[in-house]
Amino acid sequence: MEQILANGLYLGAQYALIALGLTLIFSLMNVLNFAHGQMYVFGGFVTYTVVAQFGLPFIVGLLASAAVLAVMGGLIEKFLFRPVIRRSKREESTMLLAAGIAFFLDAVILLLFGEKQRGVPKIVNGVLNWDMRIIMPYDRILIGVLAITLIASFILFMQYSRTGRAMRALAQDRMAAQLMGVDVDRYSMIGFALGAMLAGLVGGLLVTITGINLGMGGPTSVKAFLMIMIGGAGVISGAIAGGFILGMMESVGLTLLAAYGDITYLVIFATLMVFLAIRPQGLMGKPWG
Amino acid sequence: MNAQTIQTATPKAKGAIMTPVRLIGVGAYLLGVFALVPLFIAVTGRWDFYYTLTSVALLSVGAAGVWLTFYIGRINIGQGAYALVGGYVSAILVVKAGFSFWATLPLAGIACAIVSVVIGLPILRLRGVYFAMVTLVLTEVARLSALALPVTNGAKGITSIPLPGELAVFGLTIIPDFATLANPKLAFYLMAAALMVVTYFVLWRIVNSRLGHLCRSLQQNEELASSIGVNTAMLRVLAYSISSFFGGIAGAVFVAISQSIYPSSFVVTDSVNFMLYCFLGGLGYVFGPMLGTLLLYFGWDLLSIAKQYQLLIYSGSMIALMLLLPNGILSLLDKKENRQ
Repeated sequence: MEQILANGLYLGAQYALIALGLTLIFSLMNVLNFAHGQMYVFGGFVTYTVVAQFGLPFIVGLLASAAVLAVMGGLIEKFLFRPVIRRSKREESTMLLAAGIAFFLDAVILLLFGEKQRGVPKIVNGVLNWDMRIIMPYDRILIGVLAITLIASFILFMQYSRTGRAMRALAQDRMAAQLMGVDVDRYSMIGFALGAMLAGLVGGLLVTITGINLGMGGPTSVKAFLMIMIGGAGVISGAIAGGFILGMMESVGLTLLAAYGDITYLVIFATLMVFLAIRPQGLMGKPWG
Repeated sequence: MNAQTIQTATPKAKGAIMTPVRLIGVGAYLLGVFALVPLFIAVTGRWDFYYTLTSVALLSVGAAGVWLTFYIGRINIGQGAYALVGGYVSAILVVKAGFSFWATLPLAGIACAIVSVVIGLPILRLRGVYFAMVTLVLTEVARLSALALPVTNGAKGITSIPLPGELAVFGLTIIPDFATLANPKLAFYLMAAALMVVTYFVLWRIVNSRLGHLCRSLQQNEELASSIGVNTAMLRVLAYSISSFFGGIAGAVFVAISQSIYPSSFVVTDSVNFMLYCFLGGLGYVFGPMLGTLLLYFGWDLLSIAKQYQLLIYSGSMIALMLLLPNGILSLLDKKENRQ
């Protein structure tokens, strides 16, 4: 049981970090970023290139992922989303753009990094064995702790920094924020960059454990959507809750339902459908987003 | 946002009358689809185009359904799920119960419509991105169910499904047995094209009927519509089930062509593509999804000469198109009407 909980916490921390980026972008710009999974994969490949190809330390790779993705996110917002949002009649048009970007990133990843599964060598060796009750490799623990630290610092940043306050104001009411003198364009761009950076960071963290390949983008996006549906779209606490809940459900499901075949996700989806029928806005979401 | 949606909706309102120009347009379109395309292929000898164009026709049938859900103001990224359900219903009925393919075609559509009512009742209460995300997950649910259920044969799928047989009424052969035809590719193309034409005619009729007007009221303001006595819950489910009916039929024909179905026959990417076809063509026009499907699918096929740069060029031009015409290609027509 302790093992299942530990696995769930570890998975949940990763998931929460992915969902945070997606929910940040959604809350600021009302854009459902289909390319989030691809950004995650891109971040993983950047870390792989820096660590495995150039032989630099892991932390450099992680920082490089964050920097590359932040720049990419900022540019995507400024040159793609902003003009389209300004000119389109329906907000949903951004979905086509987001899907186009997802395909584009897939193509870029394919050309730059190839379609092979990539990974970096373990950053810490050894396995924690607590009385045979929890068995977990040290590198997983390290990644889990790093992820939780990142989540905590993200929350502190959003809560206490000037930028974070501006972004929260923007998420609450775009018009009111603008009237109060918040530079909407600037903070939208920073928010998008930050969301993309988070995706890149998770990619960089996970490349050390699960490795990375081109096909991981789409499923990751779907999982991220699941999490923000559980927690409520556009709410930061909801994204974290959704991430941990999905991580726990997956961990518990894989253990308990293993006897019945590969149906964990089917059960999770079915539960989600019932849950959303009762509470459409998720755990902490505002009604109708 | 509301004022803007009204603007998108107006060009269609006066579309119910068959003006001579319109009739000529439809005639030219039918001639093109049923005569010019086969002629062109026969002259150039590009027989592979038949498969591409058949797919275009079928995908646009599915996209027509997605467009209808857009019409009630919902973003549907779950059409792949219904295509998969329809495909499996048809395949199972043909292989295990010995039905004729032609009987399974409407049955597949009806089965999807029933499933969509059950699923739609709870989830259609959701709006905006929430509905979009749930429908996206739905495709994944369909794939996983197909893997887990015993009747679908799991990951092995159902293979060697016989070609559609003869369709006869009172001993009179309407459609000959596909297996005896010299050129089944042409037959499939004609069947898919006919299906597409019928679907879009039905869609056009729906949009210009009382039902269409009610749907438009839903798209603009659901609370207002329900406050003046529109049964929004019923209408939403109805539109969604018609949409899923189209999806199921498209899936069933796809299965008949490829003679096989696997859980991964329709995945999330296909569902997203259905939505993209609608966006690209333009949501304000009934024929938008058809144009969008043709451009995206056919364009993708033609780009295969670019080898490894195929996806790059494809997605790059998609983004460029979005920057130039954020409201879809047919929004070009909007501007013309505004200037008059």
